[in-house]
Amino acid sequence: MSDPTPAAVRRETPSTEDPMSSQNEPIVTPSRPVPTAGPAAAPQHVARSVTVERLNAWYGDQHSIKDLTLSFAPNQATALIGPSGSGKSTVVRCINRMHEEIPGARASGRILLDDTDVYAPGVDVVAVRRAIGMVFQKPNPFPTMSIFDNVAAGLRLTARKVGHDQVESALRGAGLWEEVKDRLSKPGIGLSGGQQQRLCIARALAVQPDVLLMDEPASALDPISTLKIEELVQELKSRVTIAIVTHNMQQAARVADQTAFMLDGELVEVGATEKIFTNPDDSRTEEYVTGKFG
Amino acid sequence: MSTVAFAPISARRRRVDKLARGTVALLTGIALVPLVLILYYLVKQGIGAVSLDFFTTDPTGSFLGDPGGIKSAIVGTILMVGLATAVAVPVGVGVAIWLVEFGRASKLAHAVRYFIDVMTGVPSIVFGLFVYITLVIGGFGGSSFAAWKGSTALALLMLPIVTRSAEVVLLLVPNSLREAAYALGAPRWKVVFRIVLPTALPGIVTGVLLAIARAAGETAPLLFTAAAVNATAFDYNDSMNSLPMLIFKNVGQAQDRLVTIAWGAAMTLVVMILILTLLARLIQRRSRLS
Repeated sequence: MSDPTPAAVRRETPSTEDPMSSQNEPIVTPSRPVPTAGPAAAPQHVARSVTVERLNAWYGDQHSIKDLTLSFAPNQATALIGPSGSGKSTVVRCINRMHEEIPGARASGRILLDDTDVYAPGVDVVAVRRAIGMVFQKPNPFPTMSIFDNVAAGLRLTARKVGHDQVESALRGAGLWEEVKDRLSKPGIGLSGGQQQRLCIARALAVQPDVLLMDEPASALDPISTLKIEELVQELKSRVTIAIVTHNMQQAARVADQTAFMLDGELVEVGATEKIFTNPDDSRTEEYVTGKFG
Repeated sequence: MSTVAFAPISARRRRVDKLARGTVALLTGIALVPLVLILYYLVKQGIGAVSLDFFTTDPTGSFLGDPGGIKSAIVGTILMVGLATAVAVPVGVGVAIWLVEFGRASKLAHAVRYFIDVMTGVPSIVFGLFVYITLVIGGFGGSSFAAWKGSTALALLMLPIVTRSAEVVLLLVPNSLREAAYALGAPRWKVVFRIVLPTALPGIVTGVLLAIARAAGETAPLLFTAAAVNATAFDYNDSMNSLPMLIFKNVGQAQDRLVTIAWGAAMTLVVMILILTLLARLIQRRSRLS
């Protein structure tokens, strides 16, 4: 399933016009009640692929991503691993064009969402970010808003109407509904750290993205909350394509279909997670995953 | 197994400790003396003037007869400070938003910050003189002394206070919230108005209330802009009374009753500002940013 030659550009991704395509059998979780509202709330959804082509990124004079090419298959989780400062976060921040929000930061290359280059001139950054959601390292619910309003925020901030069904669907998708359904009007910051992070995931899901970028989503959480997030990643693959940055190699091994190892802003190796952790091609990958450095 | 014995604190260290504690306590006491005395005299001298009539009648201006109350001064202060607030707050908060969200580290932003700092240090009488020269002498708006000109001077005084305090609070809003909003696809102006401003609001309100308290007690900007009259006035294009001006006029009189009026007015002003400050504290405490 995963692509052994990352340099090869994927073009044969399934079209989004056919949401019932059986090409990628989504994982159906019987424990999760299926929302009934509207076509938008359909739990099974063929997401779009992301292809990073010859990406270079800078912070001022610092060249932090060097000629990186990498594909993220639809409805799969791809883990980005590597030591601190290797550029993992920068890559995902380039995908939804959050990188350019930092003063002095710039990027070149192509990032294709299916066939559309998100860096093409004239592309609306706002539209890109609606299609590519993001979850950050530290849970960051909006402190002035209730649980409901936090989930609704993405839709309201992009001038769309919000119904109760959409919020419920997003909270169910993030596995938080049962815990918060009786206190939707309470402040979002009153939740525990792990719940806050799932609230942030619900907030990202409510906008109905095709891709979800997760930048070390569990690194600030306790082990049980971490486990919940990991289970959630498995479930979310039925809705979205996932790119997950992690420092935790066990986590990558548990959640990812494909794993990419980065070092000093370069892609060292990418392949099926099992292969990367058991029989990598590159000696540096082997040294890193066996804990010899990093 | 031997227990580790720690040496006891030496006598010298105990003495130094006592001396240091004593000095700091003494200095605090010295600083408290004038504060307590001011409040004590204010109440002692002013309480005699207070009655219902004191708050509900205008000053008569009569030197020998009934001096009247301070109604026009209270109304005037509220009206003039109100107008000044209505002008200074939107402009000041706007400047702060620009500095934090857009100007950031640009040269223009640095220049603006520098001028705001300079404005903070300008003595209040200079704002009064500026308005006197530009608006009063020229008879701008068909009047010489006018309440709106006093408000202008007060607004100039409040502007840097509002801007500075709002900027500090806006900087406190965690960047992660802005990022979260941008990552949801929110356009910049919505991030500012729907996320950043509501988060910073309690702090901004606190700064505004402190600026109001400062402006309400200023005499110098009103001295030759709004002047002082006896009757309660609602016309912004005419002279208007104010508490600081009334105090200024009455305290130098040879009649004890007039001096008592000044003390009563001073007490009223202090109570008004105290309420504002308490309100600011209360809002600050409920803030989610500290």
